[in-house]
Amino acid sequence: MIEILGKTRIDFVAWRRVAFVVSSVLCLLGIVSIIQIGRGAANLGIDFAGGTSVQLKFSKSVDLSQVRALLAENGLKDSEPQQFAGGDRIMVRLKRADSGQIGMAQRVQDIFSKGLPDNPFVVEGTNEVGPAIGKDLQKAALWAIAISMLGIIAYIAWRFEFKFGVAAAIATLHDVLAVLGLFMLLNREITLLIVTALLTLAGYSLTDTVVVFDRIRENLRGRRKESLGEVINMSINEVLSRTIVTSLTVLLVLLALFVLGGEVLHDFSLALIAGVCVGTYSSWFVASPIVYEWRTWERAKLQAPVKVKAKG
Amino acid sequence: MKKTLSWKFLSLLVVTVIAGYYLFPTLSGRSSLPSLLPPLLPRAERLNLGLDLQGGMHLVLEVVTEKAVENTVDRLIAELRREAEKENIPVERMTREGLDRIRIKLQAKEGLEGLRRILKNYSNLQQSGGADPAELVLSLAPGEMKRLQESAVRQSLETIRNRVDQFGVAEPHIVQEGDQRIVVQLPGIKEPQRAINLIGKTALLEFKLVAEDANVAEAVGGKVPEGDELLYMRGTNEQEKTSKVPLVVQKRAVLTGDLLTSAQVQINSQTNEPVVSIEFDREGARLFGEATAANVGRRLAVVLDDTVYSAPVIREKILGGKAQISGRFTTEDARDLAIVLRAGALPAPVNIISNLTVGPSLGLDSVEKGVRAAILGGVLVIAFMAVYYKLSGVIANLALLLNLIWLVGALASLRATLTLPGIAGIILGIGMAVDSNVLILERIREELRLGKTVRSAIDGGYDKAFLTIIDSHVTTLITAFALFLFGTGPVKGFAVTLSLGVIFNLVTALTGTRVVYDWMTQRWNLKTLSI
Repeated sequence: MIEILGKTRIDFVAWRRVAFVVSSVLCLLGIVSIIQIGRGAANLGIDFAGGTSVQLKFSKSVDLSQVRALLAENGLKDSEPQQFAGGDRIMVRLKRADSGQIGMAQRVQDIFSKGLPDNPFVVEGTNEVGPAIGKDLQKAALWAIAISMLGIIAYIAWRFEFKFGVAAAIATLHDVLAVLGLFMLLNREITLLIVTALLTLAGYSLTDTVVVFDRIRENLRGRRKESLGEVINMSINEVLSRTIVTSLTVLLVLLALFVLGGEVLHDFSLALIAGVCVGTYSSWFVASPIVYEWRTWERAKLQAPVKVKAKG
Repeated sequence: MKKTLSWKFLSLLVVTVIAGYYLFPTLSGRSSLPSLLPPLLPRAERLNLGLDLQGGMHLVLEVVTEKAVENTVDRLIAELRREAEKENIPVERMTREGLDRIRIKLQAKEGLEGLRRILKNYSNLQQSGGADPAELVLSLAPGEMKRLQESAVRQSLETIRNRVDQFGVAEPHIVQEGDQRIVVQLPGIKEPQRAINLIGKTALLEFKLVAEDANVAEAVGGKVPEGDELLYMRGTNEQEKTSKVPLVVQKRAVLTGDLLTSAQVQINSQTNEPVVSIEFDREGARLFGEATAANVGRRLAVVLDDTVYSAPVIREKILGGKAQISGRFTTEDARDLAIVLRAGALPAPVNIISNLTVGPSLGLDSVEKGVRAAILGGVLVIAFMAVYYKLSGVIANLALLLNLIWLVGALASLRATLTLPGIAGIILGIGMAVDSNVLILERIREELRLGKTVRSAIDGGYDKAFLTIIDSHVTTLITAFALFLFGTGPVKGFAVTLSLGVIFNLVTALTGTRVVYDWMTQRWNLKTLSI
């Protein structure tokens, strides 16, 4: 049989302190971007922030500075025209401040048909979103995340142990935060499709975590002399080849989507690629170490009831 | 043992054939399957593509339900005033306060008794005393407001559906979302602006007498006589610029569009311009006749959504209930106006709060690229599995294929709409299917390493992977369920595809591949397994 890995003996638990630092930074980034979203300072797509976007395909290549001048002349100074490869496609985006009302897309089209009469265009797409919708979407997304987290904690607590449930939920949240933070760093726009990608990666990361937990549970049953840390290491090493094979196959599909999928799928597949990497990392270095720390801490508390401040 | 095996095989086959039946129209490019077996099977139709994939328009409308309540209360006031007049109760003032309160002040408190008698017939109104003994304050009965708002949204939905049907859009999708929102999806629409005008127009048609004695200049300055209102007439000048001519009309409408029976586009033989000719029902014709008879020589304004279209002088009593609306229309304008008049007015205005339009070229482009990328990705995965796990990888690939056929077949049979997030759901589903197979195969490898026979390694592999697969799938189902409950539109679609994929995957991964292994081990006495 072909094997990517033979038998491995990586000490994952020993790396937990380093991993906690790395993860804290990742989570912090994510929390900052959530705060930015709450403040309205994040690069939110117009489906969340409200506003207008118009995508036009001209018959000849257009000059971006001319487009900008035309928009400014017509009182749309804060618009962000964007040019795509080839030069004949333009996307104009107006955030909420510019476009309180529906109908701005038509206005943008009128500006161009008057301003560039010798370069006719077709409208490839427009999107106008009132502010109320965005607020509703944000609320719905938060509710969905909260409910699914509770559901997962409950299920895993029932199937495994409460600690495992909490650890799985934290690891999943960690992955979503990390990718969100990454998107903020790259200044990518957060759209509804990106949120879907985040949810997808939450599902993926959770599966990864559950697989590791399952092996830990199995090994805990048959455990004789090994310590908890050893059992965790053994379990992660045992499912290592599965994790790598699965991640590789999923990455293959995602890379294909990233390279060939076109603009629409570009950011979406980027989010998922990041998600698969972070998800794999977190099931090794976040979820299981949390269980380890928690159990050890509890054990110390039980064994030395006098010394309340146990150090992990 | 042999018997159960063939049963399993048969049921897998049956499900696959059914899925294939539903997939056929999509794959063959036909819009629907010629009904070969109409009584046996439901019709299979081509899988719906979402607007992000095929182009079209997605509108979210918010019904201003407060306006519907206001309108109802205003109508009640007019009715009460008429009844009070009939009973000779002198009313000093009768006005609406806020949304749903009516304050009535009588000239003498003796009239109150008569008014209370009238009010006995209005069970939807609640009374309370005013500050003045001759005053009465009415408000809508509890629950009445909510009922009015709900019916306003329902009626709006019906009216919009009517308009879209008459406009002629293939497969429109019009549904209510939440308390006061309506989502309208028009796939493949070519003139989005025209559709918006058509859908968003309240289309309240009124005939109002022009108040000739009022001072228009003063009214423009803000001094409108009581009982009158200031409206503007649509541009009728020769240049293309739309001019606005102010006009003072009586607030009370002589007649409204709800008594219409038909509205048609005709060409005016004198001006050669399209006009909309309308016809009233018998009650409308009677009212129209009476009103015109009583007002010969005065001007009658044709008002649509508070804009005056024309204000011709009434030359004689008009019988037969026919009228014309003119106003420099293009043929399309006139056609659309006729449609909205036929479909009736919206009970309340609607605001467009979101408008997503995807041009057909962009949609097609993203589909082509997405499909090409997905196929390449799939081929890579299949190749990888076959190389890495050899024959067992090929068996796993069969399960993946089966899973994909079932999933897309199920989507087609549920008449689901495939969107980009939906494709994301399929990808995650396939990812999970790969994962389940990898889990099983890795377990079998472990068992083989321990030196077990092929038969018991396979059994052991499936048994040990079983719980892991169940756990990972159930947790994914939980997330999908939460998304379904709280998500909207595309996110919901994602949740549906993901849940279906997860459920099918449980079957294909746990029994689909096992059937093959069981069959192989029964047929041959395997000493080694290609894995």
